[in-house]
This record gives sequence, C-alpha cells and structure tokens, in this order.
Amino acid sequence: MQAKKRYLISLLTGAFLVLLFYFGGGVPGPAATGSRSRHGYSRPEQPWPHFSDPLQHFSPWDQSDTEEYNVHISPRQKRDVNSSVYKGKRCRMQSCFDFSLCQRNGFKVYVYPQQKGEKISESYQNILSTIEGSRFYTSDPGQACLFVLSLDTLDRDQLSPQYVHNLKTKVQSLPLWNNGRNHLIFNLYSGTWPDYTEDLGFDIGQAMLAKASISTENFRPNFDVSIPLFSKDHPRTGGDRGYLKYNTIPPFRKYMLVFKGKRYLTGIGSDTRNALYHVHNAEDVVLLTTCKHGKDWQKHKDARCDKDNAEYDKYDYREMLHNSTFCLVPRGRRLGSFRFLEALQAACVPVMLSNGWELPFSEVIDWNTAAVIGDERLLLQIPSTVRSIHQDKILALRQQTQFLWEAYFSSMEKIVLTTLEIIQDRVLQQTSRSNLMWNSHPGGLFTLPQYSSYLGDFPFFYAKLGIKPNPKFTAVIHAVTPLVSQSQPILKLLVSVAKSQYCAQIIVLWNCDKPLPAKHRWPATSVPIIVIEGENKVMSSRFQPYDSIISDAVLSLDEDTVLSTTEVDFAFTVWQSFPERIVGYPARSHFWDNNKERWGYTSKWTNDYSMVLTGAAIYHRYYHFLYTNFLPNSLKSMVDQLANCEDILINFLVSAVTKLPPIKVTQKKQYKETMMAQVSEKKTHSSRWADPDHFAQRQTCMNKFASWFGGMPLVHSQMRLDPVLFKDQVSILRKKYREIERL
Amino acid sequence: MCASVKYGSRGPALIPRMKTKYRIYYITLFSVVLLGLIATGIYYITLFSFWPHSIESSAEWSLDRRSVHDAPLVRIPMSSPIPERGDLSCRMHTCFDVYRCGYNPKNKIKVYIYPLQRFVDEVGVPISSTGLSREYNDLLSAISDSDFYTDDVSRACLFIPSIDVLNQNSLRIRETAQALAMLPRWDKGMNHLLFNMLPGGPPDYNTALDVPRDRALLAGGGFSTWTYRQGYDVSIPVYSPLSVEVDLPERQPGPRRYFILSSQTAIHREYRVELERLKEENGEALLLLDKCSNLSQGLASVRKRCYKGQVYDYPQILQESSFCVVLRGARLGQATLSDVLQAGCVPVIMADSYILPFSEVLDWKRASVVIPEEKLPEMYTILKSIPHRQVEEMQRQARWFWEAYFSSMKAIGMTTLQIINDRIYPYAALTYEEWNNPPVVKWTSVNSPLFLPLIPPRSPGFTAVVLTYDRIESLFRVITEISKVPSLAKLLVVWNNQNKSPPEAIDGLSLDQTHMVERSECINKFASVFATMPLKVVEHRADPVLYKDDFPEKLKSFPNIGSL
Repeated sequence: MQAKKRYLISLLTGAFLVLLFYFGGGVPGPAATGSRSRHGYSRPEQPWPHFSDPLQHFSPWDQSDTEEYNVHISPRQKRDVNSSVYKGKRCRMQSCFDFSLCQRNGFKVYVYPQQKGEKISESYQNILSTIEGSRFYTSDPGQACLFVLSLDTLDRDQLSPQYVHNLKTKVQSLPLWNNGRNHLIFNLYSGTWPDYTEDLGFDIGQAMLAKASISTENFRPNFDVSIPLFSKDHPRTGGDRGYLKYNTIPPFRKYMLVFKGKRYLTGIGSDTRNALYHVHNAEDVVLLTTCKHGKDWQKHKDARCDKDNAEYDKYDYREMLHNSTFCLVPRGRRLGSFRFLEALQAACVPVMLSNGWELPFSEVIDWNTAAVIGDERLLLQIPSTVRSIHQDKILALRQQTQFLWEAYFSSMEKIVLTTLEIIQDRVLQQTSRSNLMWNSHPGGLFTLPQYSSYLGDFPFFYAKLGIKPNPKFTAVIHAVTPLVSQSQPILKLLVSVAKSQYCAQIIVLWNCDKPLPAKHRWPATSVPIIVIEGENKVMSSRFQPYDSIISDAVLSLDEDTVLSTTEVDFAFTVWQSFPERIVGYPARSHFWDNNKERWGYTSKWTNDYSMVLTGAAIYHRYYHFLYTNFLPNSLKSMVDQLANCEDILINFLVSAVTKLPPIKVTQKKQYKETMMAQVSEKKTHSSRWADPDHFAQRQTCMNKFASWFGGMPLVHSQMRLDPVLFKDQVSILRKKYREIERL
Repeated sequence: MCASVKYGSRGPALIPRMKTKYRIYYITLFSVVLLGLIATGIYYITLFSFWPHSIESSAEWSLDRRSVHDAPLVRIPMSSPIPERGDLSCRMHTCFDVYRCGYNPKNKIKVYIYPLQRFVDEVGVPISSTGLSREYNDLLSAISDSDFYTDDVSRACLFIPSIDVLNQNSLRIRETAQALAMLPRWDKGMNHLLFNMLPGGPPDYNTALDVPRDRALLAGGGFSTWTYRQGYDVSIPVYSPLSVEVDLPERQPGPRRYFILSSQTAIHREYRVELERLKEENGEALLLLDKCSNLSQGLASVRKRCYKGQVYDYPQILQESSFCVVLRGARLGQATLSDVLQAGCVPVIMADSYILPFSEVLDWKRASVVIPEEKLPEMYTILKSIPHRQVEEMQRQARWFWEAYFSSMKAIGMTTLQIINDRIYPYAALTYEEWNNPPVVKWTSVNSPLFLPLIPPRSPGFTAVVLTYDRIESLFRVITEISKVPSLAKLLVVWNNQNKSPPEAIDGLSLDQTHMVERSECINKFASVFATMPLKVVEHRADPVLYKDDFPEKLKSFPNIGSL
C-alpha cells in the first residue's frame, strides 16, 4: 500500500478521534463512576451522596464492654460450654475432638483389629493397609490420636451387596468407641434409591467423616474431609500418571466441552443431565446421555430417549476425553461422580455442575486453579463461559489438573494419606502446611511442615517467593576408614573442598568403628570442620538432618572421592540454578531388563543417566529431612543392613518428588580412573565397590524401592552441564573453570 | 512484516494479502468511530429527554441539601412484619438468586445502594442511636464510586441497605429488622448484603448480628465457626479508626526491641494473669501494657498505654515489637488486629473458633500466628521456634494485608464485594497470588506459564523457527542442515525484510558491520521496556553426556557435536 494513502487514512482517523473526544469527552460512559459531573445537567440519579454533616463513629472511642465482660463467665468456662453445646451436626475440632490424645505421642493412627466373620470390601481393605503401612500407624490404642474402624463403612447403600448390617450395634459395642470421639469414618456411598440421602444409617457420634459426595449443608468445616469418589479398580499405590505428555500452544483441542453419561428416568439427580441436550451442538460441544440403565428402563422411557441413545452410541468416550479442552462433570445420583477423577487424569479441565458439592479436599485445594466451577442454574451459559476463558488460563488449568491428579488422587494411598495429613495439619496447628505448599508442585505429601514453617527453607518455592537459596554449602564427608596416614584421600579432599569460595563448613560423619582421631590430625582449614560420630554407624545416618547443617546446600562426599576445588565450585553454581535437584558427578543409569522382567542397574558409561551418586553430589538439605522422616523404616533398614544402596534410595526419593532427572556436571577426566585404581589396589571392606555382591545387591534394591514407590520414579537424562567455554578452542586464560579440562 | 512459510513451499506473493488485511482494518476502524459517535448522540438524547423515571423514592432530593437530616422519614408500624431469624444452611446455590447477576463479559456484579431513609417507630424514636455512622457513610460512598455500583435497581445483583448495622449496640433489634423488611426489594433478604462489625451484646455476645435478616448475606466482623456460613457470609475485620488518624510509616522487617507486646486493655483477668506469668519468666522480651489509670477517659486515653507508671504512645509502640498479642475480648473480632497489622507487627491471634477476616481468600499463615487460647502459657516457646526469615516475611505480609484490605472502609468494602464477585464468577476469580503476594513479591517472583515438570516425548518433535533478513545463502544452508534432524516436525521461516519479498534468487551477501551494535541497542531497548533485565547469566551449558569425551563417536547418541 502506498505510504501517502496510508498517512491520509490515519490522519482522518485521528481527526475523527479528536472530534469524538471533544464531543463526548465531558460525558462519562454509562458505567462510569464519577457522579459529580452528571449533576450538572440532569437530575441526580443518586449514587451515594457525600454527606457534609459531622457523623459519629460506629463504635465509641472508649469501648467499655470490658467491665461487663470481666464480671461475666471466664473464658475457660466459655470454652467448656462451647465444647459441650456444639455436638453432632455442629461438631468442630474444638468441640468434638480431644487434642490431648495427640499431644503425648504425636499424630498416631490406630486401626481396630479385624474381627472374624466380618467381610471387608477390597477398597476398604486397601485403605486399612495403607494406614498400617504409613508412618502414622500405631498398633497401640493407648498411643493413638486417631482411630479407624475395621468395620467396612464405605458403602452404606442398603441395596448394595457390600452393605454391612447392624453396624449400629457393632459400633456401639466397641470398647474404644467413646461415642466416636477421635474416630475417622470413611464413606463413599450413602443413602439409596430414590432420594440418596447422606445419612450413614448409624449414629456416628462425634466421629469425623471422610466422605465422598458430601454436600456443603452437611459438611462440617474443618472437621469432616471431603474425599473423591474412586472406583474399585483404583490402584492401591503408585497409580497411573496423568495423560498430559506435553503442552500444546494454543491449548485448544478438538472438542471444547464434552460429557457422556447416564440419564436417570426415576429417582433424583438427573435434572441437569436431562437438560444437557439443549447445549449439545454435535460439533465442539458434545454432551451425550443415555437412558439405558438398570433392567426396566424401557418402562420409564421418555420422548427423548431414542434420539439421545442413538447420538450417544456415535461417540467413543475415551476418544472424547482425550481430545477435549473441558469436560462437564454434572451431578449423578450423588453429588460426586467418577467423571471427576477421569477428567482430572485426562487433563481435561473439569467443569463442575453439581451445586452444593463440597469438592474433594476443599479444605486445602484451591479448585479454581484446576477446574471451572459452574452453577447448575446457569447451564445454558456454560458454553459461552468456557469459551470466554483465556488460553493462558486454560494452559494453567490443564497443568494444574495434572499436578493435583499426581499429587493427591492417582492412588488410594495418596487419597488416604492426604486425608490423614489434612487432619494432622489441624491437630498440629502451628506446624501445618500453607496454601502454597498444598497447591503447588510437589504438593503437600512431599512438603513436610515439621521441617520448617518458612517456605524459603524448602527447595521448591524460591522462584515463587522471588528469593535465592543461601549462597554457601555444607560438605558432609562420610568416613568409614580409620585415619592412619597423612596421605589418605580424605585429607586431600578436605583441603580442596575447604578452599572453595562457597564452602561454609565441613562435617565429617565418623561412621568408622575405630574411635575418633584426635583433633590435631585434621588439616587446618579456613572453614570449620565439625566431626560427628554417626548414630549406630549405619548408612542412613549420612542423610540425617543434622542441626549443624546450616546452609541450604549439602555437598555429600565419600571419603575416597577425588575432587578439585574448581569442580566443587562449578557444581555449586550449577546447583544454584536447579536447587530442587541432585547435581553432581558420578552418574548411573537404570533400565528395564526384559528377560528377567525387572529393573536393572548399570554403571557403564552410557549416553544417558538417571542417578547421580552421593559420593560427589550437591542437593538441598531438605532431602535429608525427607529421607529420614518420609521413607518407611523397611527401606531404611534394608539400606542399613546391606550398607549399600543409600545413594540409589535418595535418587529415587528426589526424582519421585521433582519428577525430574538429576543433573550431571562435567568432571575432570582423572576422577573415574583414580576411582577405579583405588578399587583395584585395596581390597579392604571400606571400598565397597570391590565387593562382588555389591552390584547384585544394588539390583535388588532398585526393585524393592520401585515396588514401594509404586512405580519407577527415576527419569533419564541425556544432558550434561559443562562450563560455558568447555573444550572450546579459545585461550585457556579466558575460561573460568579451566581446571576441569586440564588433565 | 512477517510471514510464515511451511517448510518446502516456496515463498508466496504476500503483498496483495497484506493489502486486504489493512483494508479490513481501516474499515473496522471507521465503523467503530462512527458507532461511537452515534452512541454518544443517543446518550445525550436520553440524558436530556427520556431519563428513566424508575428511580425510587429519592426523587425529591436535590443537590444543595446533602445532609443526613433531610433524608425522608419513614415510620414503622408496630405490626410491621419481622423477617425470619436467618437460615444457617444458606449457601450461594440455595439462598442467592444468581439470575439477577446474569452473564456479562466483564464478570462483574452490579451493586445497588438503597437511598438513605430515617426509620422511626410509631412514636417517632429512631431505630438506631447513632443513625448513619461515619464509617458506614464512607463505605457506601466508596461503593457508589466503584465499578460495582449501579443506580439501576432492575440491573442490580446485590442490594445494600442504607440502614447502618455496623454496631449492634446502637440498634433496636426488632425495629431494625422491621425496617429491613420494609425495603422495596427485600424479598426475604435475597441478594441483600449487610455489614456488621460489632455483633452481639451483653451478656452472651453472640458472634453474629442478632437482627433477624432472613436470607441476607452478612459481612460480619466476629464470626465463630458456628455462626459463619462458609461460602456464603464474608468475614470482615473490625475497622480501627486509628487507621486514618495515625500515620505509621512502614518499617523495614527485622528484629524489634521487644519480642512480644500486649497492648489490649480489655483482657480478661484470667488471661492477664497468665500473661504476667510469662512476663516473669521471660523478662524484657515481653511488654505488657494496660490502660493508664491516671488519664481521663476520651480520645487521649485511647492513644496512650501504660506499664508501671511509664506511658507509651499507642499505636506507635506496636512498631517496637516483633509479635503483638491479639486476644479475644467479649467479642472474637478485635479492632486491635488492624492496628497491629498497620504497625507491621506479627499478630498472635488467640481467639478460639474465630473466623479470621477474609479468610476465604487470605492466607493468614503467612502473616500471623494463631494459637489456641489454652496454649497461651506456651506462647513464648511457640513463637521462639519460628525462623527469623519467616518472621521478617510475616512482618512484611502483615503490613501488606493492612494496606490492601484493612486500611480504610473502602478497602474493606471493596474486598468484600470482590469476594462475592469471585463466587459468582469463579472462573474469573482473583488468584491466590493476586490476593496474597505483596508488591515486592509480585515484582521479583517468577510464575512460569509452564510450571508442570514435564519431559515431553520425542514423538511430536520440534518446530524450527528461522529468522532471516537477507542472507539467502546461509538460510538455505541452515534449512538443509536442520531438515536432516529426525525430530524436526516443522520449519518456520520468518522473513524479516520489509522491502523485499522472500527469495527466489540469491543475492550477494554482505557482512553487516553494524549488526552487533544494533543488537546491543535492541537489548537496551528491550530492557528498558521490561524495566529490568530479565535475562540471567549462567556459567554452564548443556552438552550431551559423552560430549568431547575420548569415546568412539559412533557410540554416542549425539555424535559429531563439537567436532566441526
């Protein structure tokens, strides 16, 4: 287009705009807020007038309710009154829960022993065994803070085969029942056709409910826990990952909004589903219902049934689920439906149409970040609502569905543990998780508030808080051989680590049977050397959360590691960019052995790796806490007995938390060779690499760990981080980490 | 000018397309301008001639009489109906008429304020001893000045009575209830919002307003967990008049002279005894202030506190302590909370079952410490266990909460309306970060749009984007090389030369000397637009695992990298 013409047009436009401004400038838009200007030429349309009178304060300066109050009942009595008045439907932690039981032994959960002749559904069995396998479990009711029944309360639909009869008398006869105080009752289904009430069919007394499909009217805030409805086949541990493999931008999929489900011709729960066909457009909004359910649906069938059924059969549910941006989750017989978890896993943003449903774990999860909460009364607006959502928001919602699915919902274990953690947070109050811990990666189950109440002490929130980790590290050297000569590698290591500009202190963990060497035997260094005698001299003690570790970063070292100061410095600068991962030198890999049908372990130099061993690695000190407090005793004692695999276990742990591989940094060539040389020359027990069983043990460990984690958390990586000018053909003087490539 | 060309196709003739694009653009612009003119015209016409006459009761007011005493007097008959007591099971989906709010692209509710009336009973005694209070007046004028306000009662989604119920003590309960029921759009209190800060009265001090109000929403300043209808009511702070009276400059977070300070005067004897015991154990770290006995009542006494004859200025003294005690009084909500936050002192809240202000959206864990009343004797140990850095963050957060949500009646009113707005349009609700991150954090924090740790599979491959200007030869070389990569899904060439069409022939190449200079200028320009330098310097570089190792190249996943 010619420039002249273009200028002319823009000039004209400008002129028009100026005209418009002069013409209409004095008039605020209809929605404008200023009121004064309008009074000029019209009757006041009466926004709130700005009164000129001197008005009184709403509360007099000398609030004198004090005196009256002081003569009245004491606050202590008032508390007692509250706790005796608010029972049953008005139960709260303050009135129906005995905190004193938890003060003595912490948050411990007791499970009643199973009685003979009582049938228990598989789902409930899974719940009980999850609790029994968790770190909260106690077999001593005297230590317990929370009690869980061994009577199956999951299905309280009288028509169900799983229904347990005479629950009332059975519960009342339990010696520890104590009118349900400090008891937790799990329930998935309550009520039956036609009205599906939320009554459990027995008196729960002062017990807390962990219930699916609970309504806001019956939900006792901060007392009950709303759990998701899950199917019989829901995996016990591990669980499938979310379906989202990569993000697409723009985040739109083939369908905008889909639903496929039953429509009920009798009984409650179908009002919204009956109206769905109004919104269905057979293009990008596909909402399908079928009348087919039960035996005699034909008897009740209405005018739309045949048409709906035909449309219903045209589409494949799974195809729709995977290819839709939003998934409708209308209420079913009860408020919650299976559609909810299905959509969540499929990264299909749930659009909730279930008025009054207290969403799962609503106490801690901010559902607005992962779902669209619609109103059944506004069904017809739903398409325009979801279309109005900006694509950035969709991208965020979709990722959040995946985070929440994997953090809290993908297995029964996660659902049960989340329930327990929520209650624990209430019990411990001061040490409870903040909203951010629950709602951002890696989620509440991996973020233990007992470690610190300050978010900046964790490796996960630096970016969110806009802060950086502490710029120093603490070296922890694991010593197992006695100090005999001055040429031992540990002394060289001490010197070179101490020279690092980022080193705050060095801790020598003395895990050797021989007594501690005298103080003067250690080399003189510029940083303090702290010698700690290992507790029981077991392997796991190298990951103890010692109070003397003051920095965020821990550099973990074996006593025979050979590292130069440059290498330490470089690894630490890399860690500062990836504070939630393990950053270090010796890399190993895992693989699936098809012949043996189990996981294999390899130390060969390959093109990828999934572990960085803690013989020379930097990671956040929080992982010490997590290793000690999160992992079950079974795994830790296995490590201690074998005196092996502790480095594999911590890699499992960190990858399970971050869902990311560790990071390998470039090392000096000699590292591997000296390691090998050492292995061959001294065959003492100290060099555990020499032991032929050592390798086999590590294979066994891998498989044991994988089964506890419910899957293989390790992730492969093909990336190594090198200093920027590494081996580039420029003068060595221009390189900052030149030591690394020098032989 | 920029065009994308799928790899393999030749550059098409782009100019004609561009023309049409511009044409459409200008036509649209013209129509917008025209429409704007017409709309203005219509607006004037309506303004002058047919102003809708539906506005209620306030018609006789004119400009020069802006005094509360001129508000119309309304006499309440003895037998006038009283609303129902208030339904504890009310939730947005049962007691709130969402159809009134409707769908609108701005996702904003419309709020109507009833014009001021003076209600009196049959014998002419007003229903309230104070009438319209200064605070309620401020609140209503703030709302009427806001985007929420509408003067059109038929478009409103939320109704706010002009009857002031901020302080229950100054109300005659029965008559106030009758007055509410007389409001023209009352309809069982549906979609009505009442603001109350001081609920209950002696001797029991109920934790919610005692005025029967049927289905009306209550923004209340002292809810307990038993009266608060979660997701329906809004818990608001008790406004402290000191917020405007005193200007406390923000102090840098950090350690303070005292560790714990108690400044309230209305502390029950039982608790005062316990506080004194704590003081004995921990000495100077605690400062326990009380009313000054020698000062006369009134404004002066409000601004002074005493300890053993020593006089301190209140609320300035609050800035001298890391933690400040906020104990329940007869009521759960305390105006002291606002003073404490204003001073940037971390509140230690001891009021069992209290629903903290705006707890629906604010993360109080980041700004306060909540301790059960029973654990008052352990307060010192509990507070000592909090890491220093966290205390500093809490101090900053406390001050930010005050500035954003406590500092004025306007702030309180706007926050309340925004919370209700968020419930009605949840998909457009403010995020946790928007509610809770102070400006400092908002500027420094990073919230990546791709926050999920995902390692994508190789299968979808990648798209190569080649920016090009003039150097055809190297462009073709790049295209040939890149197209050998197996994971390449698509190649996008961005032709960046406005004066030339994409190539058919190859021109002579010239090495542009000014290139680097230009790029530096670009960087400076971009940095000034971002107001900061978003690029970060790192010292590492990602290489394949066996990069430049003495290892046969053919065994490497990425052979020949670096061996050029």
